[in-house]
Amino acid sequence: MATLARLSLTEDELAVATDELGAMLDHFAEIDALDLDDVEPMNNPTHLANVMRDDVVAECLDRDEVLAAAPLAEDHRFRVPPIIGLDD
Amino acid sequence: MTEPTTATTIAEAVRFGTTTASTILERHLAAIDEREADVHAFNLVLADEARAQAAAIDELSAMGTDPGPLAGVPVALKDNMCTRGIPTTCSSKILGDWKPPYDATVVTRLRDAGAIVIGKTNLDEFAMGSSTENSAFGPTRNPLDTTRVPGGSSGGSAAAVAAGFAPLSFGSDTGGSIRQPAALCGTVGVKPTYGMVSRLGLIAFGSSLDQIGPFANTIDDAALALEAISGHDPGDSTSIERPPLELRSKLLMGAAGLRVGRITDLPEGASPDVQARLDEAFDALSAAGAEIVDVEVPAFGYGLTAYYLIAPAEASSNLARFDGVRFGMRVNAPDTNQMYMATRTEGFGAEVKRRIMLGTYALSAGYYDAYYGRALKVRRLIANDFAAAYAQVDVLLTPASPTVAFEIGDKASDPLAMYLCDTYTIPSNLSGDPGMSVPFGTGEDGLPVGVQVLAPALEDATMFRVAAELERAAGATR
Repeated sequence: MATLARLSLTEDELAVATDELGAMLDHFAEIDALDLDDVEPMNNPTHLANVMRDDVVAECLDRDEVLAAAPLAEDHRFRVPPIIGLDD
Repeated sequence: MTEPTTATTIAEAVRFGTTTASTILERHLAAIDEREADVHAFNLVLADEARAQAAAIDELSAMGTDPGPLAGVPVALKDNMCTRGIPTTCSSKILGDWKPPYDATVVTRLRDAGAIVIGKTNLDEFAMGSSTENSAFGPTRNPLDTTRVPGGSSGGSAAAVAAGFAPLSFGSDTGGSIRQPAALCGTVGVKPTYGMVSRLGLIAFGSSLDQIGPFANTIDDAALALEAISGHDPGDSTSIERPPLELRSKLLMGAAGLRVGRITDLPEGASPDVQARLDEAFDALSAAGAEIVDVEVPAFGYGLTAYYLIAPAEASSNLARFDGVRFGMRVNAPDTNQMYMATRTEGFGAEVKRRIMLGTYALSAGYYDAYYGRALKVRRLIANDFAAAYAQVDVLLTPASPTVAFEIGDKASDPLAMYLCDTYTIPSNLSGDPGMSVPFGTGEDGLPVGVQVLAPALEDATMFRVAAELERAAGATR
């Protein structure tokens, strides 16, 4: 689970997290007994769907200001460590 | 003439020229100087920027231009609302010294109304917590007793108003993060109807639950604040197409003729002092001419479980964007995948990691239907039960928090005990209905108790009517 969430835990942290998660799942088991077969899931409180803006040109964020807030930028782009060619 | 202390009287005095925004600001900066070291309400005090803003307001006023309904009112903002060019941290290490390239809609509206941003307030990291102890910058203390927590996650905003650092502050409420700290600090705290206030520029925790709202010392101030920030924003796709709320004109209407619901199957857990104040609140409304009606909301008690599956699921998705690429800090590593992991492991605190993992689990293949899917169905049950109750009554009354403010460290090592702080506030986040905490007397050790008023979606004004009646009753017995 930690790997899926892109987090790394020490052995000790992992043991604590496993216990805590277990305790919470035990508490959550209270809804197991509910009959929910005919209940429609509710994703959000509004009845809005597919809200779109008009297709017109509008002002957007300043590129330099956005890139200035990044850990590393180069040539107007975000710079990251290698993604491919790692086996070479 | 006495110095104005509430937002409404400050704005009036600045608009009529009987005082200046600069005078008001200096008084609040002096209060901060005096007590901030003990309270730690702020991550950042913006003294210079605020002075420049106050001078600009005074100049407008001198030229005969009305600076707006919040003229010269100092406001404190929870540090998860984006402020252009000003660090916004979510009280997390992972955002580093990130300066947002835009203002949240709420910030723009406050400035347009003449308010002065005095600082960014402390919170539980990414708004996850009920005590403001989970901050990368250290805990906030309750100004009424500095050995106790102010509640959370908007604890800094609640403390700022309670300590007199600002007459108004703003927080976000995903499961009670405005109402619970308001109760513990003895201030008014409002979570409006979901979609009534724009979330544009509020750093997302649980997008289907998050809502911005005000803290204030009076109901009238809270109403003034909410009128200024509410109303449709095309920049937020969950914003309801409605004009700004009209609240202040309703505050003197009283509670006569309203039906106030008492939930007979409310989950247990409220301490005797809190229960006693709640009973007195029913008595006060009855004396004011309201009809008290017993109702049932059977699924209310399942709110906590549904919330702790849905909110972490949404958080695990929302917080995926903090990966060391576009904003904040980065821990270097030989490849991008390792960089993501090293940055997130170093940048997030323990509670945030706990919730991300819980959410990842609830959404993972094989468990999705059993956890997240079932939680969404329980959410529907809760909304349906509220709707059935609101067919019989205009508002519901519950405790805002099960207890008065607890000691710092009391619940820090027991996540489930901390989660139970939000038993009474969570269900209305799931349903999307408005709720607010109103100070109503004191409990154990003379600490404040908050009574929660709940109303159906879009009936924020009715909720304020009842809150104003409770404020009058509390004032009369004080």
